[in-house]
Amino acid sequence: MSRIARRRLMQAAGLSAAGGLTGILASGQAPAYAQSTTVHWLKWNDFVPAADELLRKKLIPEAEKQLGIKITLETINANDLQARTTAGIQSKSGPDLIMAFNSNAQLYADSLADVSELCEAIGPAQGGYYQIAQGNSNDGKRWISVPYCIIGAEVAYRKSWFKQAGWDQFPKTWDEYRAAGKKLKAAGHPLGQTLGHTFGDAPTFAYPMMWSFGGKEVEADGKTVAVNSKETIESVKFMTAFWKDAFDEGGLAWDDTSNNRAMLSGTISATLNGASIYIETLRKPDTYRTEDDKPMKEDILHGRLPAGPGGQYAFHSAQSTMVMGYSKNQKAAIDFLRWFHTEGNYRQWFEIQKGFSCGPAAMWEKDKMWDIDPVMEPYRDAAKYGRVPGFAGRANQKAAEALTKYIIVDMYAKAVQGMPAEDSVKWAEGELKKIYAA
Amino acid sequence: MSQAMATMGRPHRKAGVLEDERWFASALLFPTAVLLGLFIAYPFVEGIWLSLTNSRVGVPGHFVGLANFDKVWNDSIFRTAVWNTCWYTFITTVLKLVLGLWLAQLLNRNFKGKAWVRAFVLLPFIIPTVLSTFAWKWMFDPTFSVLNWMLFQLGFITTRINWLGEPGLAFASIVIVNVWRGLPFYAISLLAGLQTISPELQEAAAIDGANGWQRFRHITWPLLLPVTMVVTLFSVIQTFADFQLVYVLTGGGPANATHLFATYAYQIGIGTGLLSEGAAISLAIFPVLFVVVLTQLLYIRRVETR
Repeated sequence: MSRIARRRLMQAAGLSAAGGLTGILASGQAPAYAQSTTVHWLKWNDFVPAADELLRKKLIPEAEKQLGIKITLETINANDLQARTTAGIQSKSGPDLIMAFNSNAQLYADSLADVSELCEAIGPAQGGYYQIAQGNSNDGKRWISVPYCIIGAEVAYRKSWFKQAGWDQFPKTWDEYRAAGKKLKAAGHPLGQTLGHTFGDAPTFAYPMMWSFGGKEVEADGKTVAVNSKETIESVKFMTAFWKDAFDEGGLAWDDTSNNRAMLSGTISATLNGASIYIETLRKPDTYRTEDDKPMKEDILHGRLPAGPGGQYAFHSAQSTMVMGYSKNQKAAIDFLRWFHTEGNYRQWFEIQKGFSCGPAAMWEKDKMWDIDPVMEPYRDAAKYGRVPGFAGRANQKAAEALTKYIIVDMYAKAVQGMPAEDSVKWAEGELKKIYAA
Repeated sequence: MSQAMATMGRPHRKAGVLEDERWFASALLFPTAVLLGLFIAYPFVEGIWLSLTNSRVGVPGHFVGLANFDKVWNDSIFRTAVWNTCWYTFITTVLKLVLGLWLAQLLNRNFKGKAWVRAFVLLPFIIPTVLSTFAWKWMFDPTFSVLNWMLFQLGFITTRINWLGEPGLAFASIVIVNVWRGLPFYAISLLAGLQTISPELQEAAAIDGANGWQRFRHITWPLLLPVTMVVTLFSVIQTFADFQLVYVLTGGGPANATHLFATYAYQIGIGTGLLSEGAAISLAIFPVLFVVVLTQLLYIRRVETR
């Protein structure tokens, strides 16, 4: 066994405490965890399966070797994460690390370990966390989860069909998008969008639609419900007409995978999505073909959700990792997250995502991965334009409650089903007041 | 020898305890009582307590009396869920009963391959609900519905039916799947009941000039009633607390139009983390179900003691 000089050990320890793994690596030895220390990590089945494979086959074995712990990775359907989180917290046992979507970590803030030290080391070192990452993972007092990534929501559209409808570029405003959609639907290529109870594509469309007309859930005080405004009503009226003019009306019942299937089968011409549709066409160019029998990947481009009278916004799904308060392995779990988010390690995972996931901090915009495929370019800095639910207040437990109850989504869905815009907005106001008054 | 006999003749004290029927019965019941206590009574009591507090996930909360019940009662989605659950249970129970009785009568006849047909009829009941509901979800898919394709090819429709996207149709869809799944339970149970009815009674009535309906009305139905009541009792309980089917098929949508007690309780308790409100929604089933079950059990007892 090689000897380590006391001065060298002190230097290494100092560096390690400063936020890096340098200390551990310099010592050439794993930290002194009990041999049995196992970190159980629960996350979703990644929409990019190669990323989970990379974790299982390369990154986790490396981390185990370097940190001297065992890491058990468990992947499940994203919709089941909340049930597992609840079960863990209530029984005070379960995974040490659990993935949270959007602002869900705010719902469990009292049951999570403080990860401020780690986040305050990673964020500034990587160009600063985006506002989305901060809003979801910080409860105003401390960091309650470690930002993992941001899944950019952009509109995937069929280049050739939009060109036929007279649009060489993706429409810049909602009015233009509606005009394009009307033509496309008349030509048998409607737009596709879910307004169902599904955690991804439905809220990531409904919230920006409201914001871009100037609507908001609450005032800046984060308490006064402000949804019932002329701006919100205008957005709902617009959406109702837009839906009939341009959308596939089956979307009321879609889940997060339905629009992928509809787009890949050539049923719809555009849909708000992560990059998973395009990435799937890259993976299977022989399966997904256009009507001219060309690879569909060559006919897909991405565009930002259009601007309205109130501006141009997006709500990107953010993922973060919660260190559970009940965990007996918090130190090992945090060390693993520190290891994973080290630039060199995270880059391997980030690059295999091919742009489906953006980094949670600004540094990742500059990664060379973005230079490979120009079709993915709109995702590069997508996270910059994101807002979090709860605007004009901050993302907090109340906003997370409103999000998980799909109130804003249902406000649009009810109107699309025939309820007058004023009534659906009033309904949403009533529901939000119950939440914010409690 | 006589000494040995004398020893044997004095029963051991423990054996004496077991020979006492009261003790013996209690001993036999003990494991069941423990299981029922652990897995039924404890969660039930815990549920009642939760519903009387303001606890959230990870936050124990404190006693708030009936505040949660007051809150859910003024919740428009809860009222929709109440209406949906009652209506859903009523329609599906009637349909399953009528169709099940009809199917049982058909299966009670002699025909070639009778055993095979009876086995196949059970398939919807045997397949795990989640699995079969996913298959139905595909069949109702707004874009790729095989039902729409079939109806279109047969010339019945010219535009797509938005099965899961229209509130009324979405509700009809969950009713269809529930009836499809629950029908075999009714059919096979009622078939078993039909087979206990002596054919001689039917023959005697036929000789006396009773027609098919009269024989059903005055012989089959009265004799089948106890079985029917038990089957309906089980079915009502299961349907009232249905979760998987709606969760998979519609998730309670579109815009909360198909929420039942269980799916809404799940959304509030697990999705939103408001455990106490979720518990209050779940417990709201209890009084209704209690009255239904009590009425049916009393009726069964009356029928049996006639």
